[in-house]
Amino acid sequence: MPSPAPKAYARLLDEVGPVDAVGIEERVAKYATRSIKKSAKVWGLKAAVSMVDLTTLEGKDTPGKVASLCRKALRPHDDEGVPAVAAVCVYPSMVRHAKSHVADTGVKVASVATAFPSGQAPLKTRLAEVRAAVADGADEIDMVINRGAFLAGEFGEVQDEISAVVEACGDAALKVILEVSELETYDSIRLASFLAMRVIREGDFIKTSTGKTSLNATLGNNQVMIEAIRDFYLDAGVAIGMKPAGGIRSAKQALQFLIAVKETLGDAWLTNERYRFGASSLLNDLLRQLERERTGAYQAPYYFSEAAESY
Amino acid sequence: MAILTQDKRKAAGRNGRPLPELIFGDLWEFDPAPESADPKLKARYDLFVGGDFVAPKSGRYFDSVSPGNEQKLAEIALAGPADVDAAYQAARRAFEGPWGRMPGRERAKYLFRIARLLQERAREFAVAESLDGGKPIKESRDFDVPMAAAHFFYHAGWADKLEYVAPGRKVAPLGVVGQVIPWNFPLLMLAWKLAPALAMGNTVVLKPAETTSITALKLAEIIQDAGLPPGVVNFVTGAGETGAAVMNHPTPAKVAFTGSTEVGKIILRALAGTEKKLTMELGGKAANIIFDDAPIGQAVEGIINGIFFNQGHVCCAGSRLLVHEPVAEEVVAKLRQRIRVLRVGDPLDKNTDIGAINSREQLEKIRALVDSGVKEGAQLFQPLCRLPSKGWYFRPTLFTEVTQSHRIAREEIFGPVLSILTFRTVEEAVEKANNTAYGLSAGVWTDKGSRILKMSTELKAGVVWANTYNKFDPASPFGGYKESGFGREGGRQGLLDYAQLA
Repeated sequence: MPSPAPKAYARLLDEVGPVDAVGIEERVAKYATRSIKKSAKVWGLKAAVSMVDLTTLEGKDTPGKVASLCRKALRPHDDEGVPAVAAVCVYPSMVRHAKSHVADTGVKVASVATAFPSGQAPLKTRLAEVRAAVADGADEIDMVINRGAFLAGEFGEVQDEISAVVEACGDAALKVILEVSELETYDSIRLASFLAMRVIREGDFIKTSTGKTSLNATLGNNQVMIEAIRDFYLDAGVAIGMKPAGGIRSAKQALQFLIAVKETLGDAWLTNERYRFGASSLLNDLLRQLERERTGAYQAPYYFSEAAESY
Repeated sequence: MAILTQDKRKAAGRNGRPLPELIFGDLWEFDPAPESADPKLKARYDLFVGGDFVAPKSGRYFDSVSPGNEQKLAEIALAGPADVDAAYQAARRAFEGPWGRMPGRERAKYLFRIARLLQERAREFAVAESLDGGKPIKESRDFDVPMAAAHFFYHAGWADKLEYVAPGRKVAPLGVVGQVIPWNFPLLMLAWKLAPALAMGNTVVLKPAETTSITALKLAEIIQDAGLPPGVVNFVTGAGETGAAVMNHPTPAKVAFTGSTEVGKIILRALAGTEKKLTMELGGKAANIIFDDAPIGQAVEGIINGIFFNQGHVCCAGSRLLVHEPVAEEVVAKLRQRIRVLRVGDPLDKNTDIGAINSREQLEKIRALVDSGVKEGAQLFQPLCRLPSKGWYFRPTLFTEVTQSHRIAREEIFGPVLSILTFRTVEEAVEKANNTAYGLSAGVWTDKGSRILKMSTELKAGVVWANTYNKFDPASPFGGYKESGFGREGGRQGLLDYAQLA
């Protein structure tokens, strides 16, 4: 039996349309030329703070480090005008610790599950991990797709696994990590976005990456994914959220991502209900820029509390 | 103006739910972000003749007005026939004198110097260009000025290698050349004209457009700073009569014109029977052809870039969109969304996508043609963006239900107005694309490489862009078919248009 892969790929590509890499790069280059000043800058920076999924995903994470992360998430800066972040994002074993700090505060607990970051565990194990995280109080689950199955053209398998995770999530929101650097091309990123969006629910997210590979969120793959979200929304009426993760370290970058959202998806996506940044060091740069706007001077980095050491 | 419409999709979707719509509102309004570099304008600009700024013999000046706010920027000297004659005498003396005898490697040094001085003063020139012409600062900053410098660099590189430009032949300069350039890319067209002429060893009398003379006269300062021998480059400013004097003067061995087809024809009639060499780069009504297998998202971006770049004041603008029927509805819907995000306004704001229309006269012309489109039954769509109260602005405009016989499908509008037609077969696309008096450029969007090659041989256009639009490079020749003119600018071919071959 010849592999079904090429046919499945071509059929889906024909359905959702290809992406021209040169065109995408040109489009996103224009976001970088936008000049955001004064009150528009403050609005954008605060919006970005409110969209951060403050993340720690290390083998050496401890309940103490997660506690520190949660306190930073709730009160990023002394300035009362700075909002709390959207969520803290931790490994499943840390969910109950995180939950004890942020329960009923509006800050959500997100957990990477499904044998993050590789996803290379039996489906049964992955689903059990999701259920455990939800039972411990996770409000959101960040799953990874089965890249092996995707690259082999076994799209049915990819979707069935996502559907199973959706079910295991119950009321928890789901973020589907495509791991774009392992999909290689913009065409594949668009295809994988559609595969995921067709089986997740309104209010769920698609997400670029785990942050554990060489290339993470870029304006280019963000653009491909938000265009897919736009096309899917206009066609099916279901609004899917977006989360670029990894590699966004400066406030300037974050503003460029938000400009892309403003000009591609419009105002309805400029909220943490539909757009998130998976990041950690980004937060303090956002705060530093906000202080710069407030006081007219840059403050030394040590004036901003670290959420937890070493990330 | 006739009708203003927002996207009206009233039909309810499936299950009686309203159709999903994107909201491009003012949740996150951008603050003004004006470019603040000083354009260093003088209150009055004289003619640049024989290496010096000289007052016009008539003593008359005219105002240069900023289209962005209708304010006077400077006074520009009005050159009469006597001034044009003086300029040609200076150019002839320079050609018979130091410049004509100078080896190419020495000429190259001057061109390199001009390119570098232009780069050093890039921001100043960009602001001056946007103030004077109305184009958005991001275009003058990222395209016009760097591209102008690139043309000087490119041709500087040729100046000492001319024996290789036409293998087996000897090349020599023509002598004195007369040039007239348009107002849409004042500095860039100047570079396109000057750089090859100088690299080849000619001397030049050039007339910029009357609404956009300032950057030419600022470049005259650079030419002085570069130490170019007096008379090698001369700028005479004024309107049509001055242009006619430049074209009709007996001295030039060649005249080059970029502008409207209408004026091009007048020049051709006037010069018929003379021995002057001619090159003309005239109007266009380019077809941008979208096939159903194209990457639609990027094609839409390319269509937007093709027609709204520089407010549509582009001779190669993709002003006729030919869409394959299976994707016509999707493409039009996406275009409507996309133009709602375009920012129209102050040319000096760094976030402006569409600046000011160059002159009141041009604005009237655009309005008249758009009115004719509405009268002839085409469907107009414009976003409801706010326009500044002062200055000359026009909303980005889409016309659907356009047929081949509509005026808006035949005449060059030279404004931010796109006429959308559909086609079913490849043959029909080629037939419709070629059904025009013009033939400057075309665009093809498809995922099929073979189709690109086929289309590029069948389209009667000087430039065919595939899966992109409005791409320029000094090494790539540019020019037209049919009433879009003849002769090429850029590359080896462009140089040869300024050479005698022996």
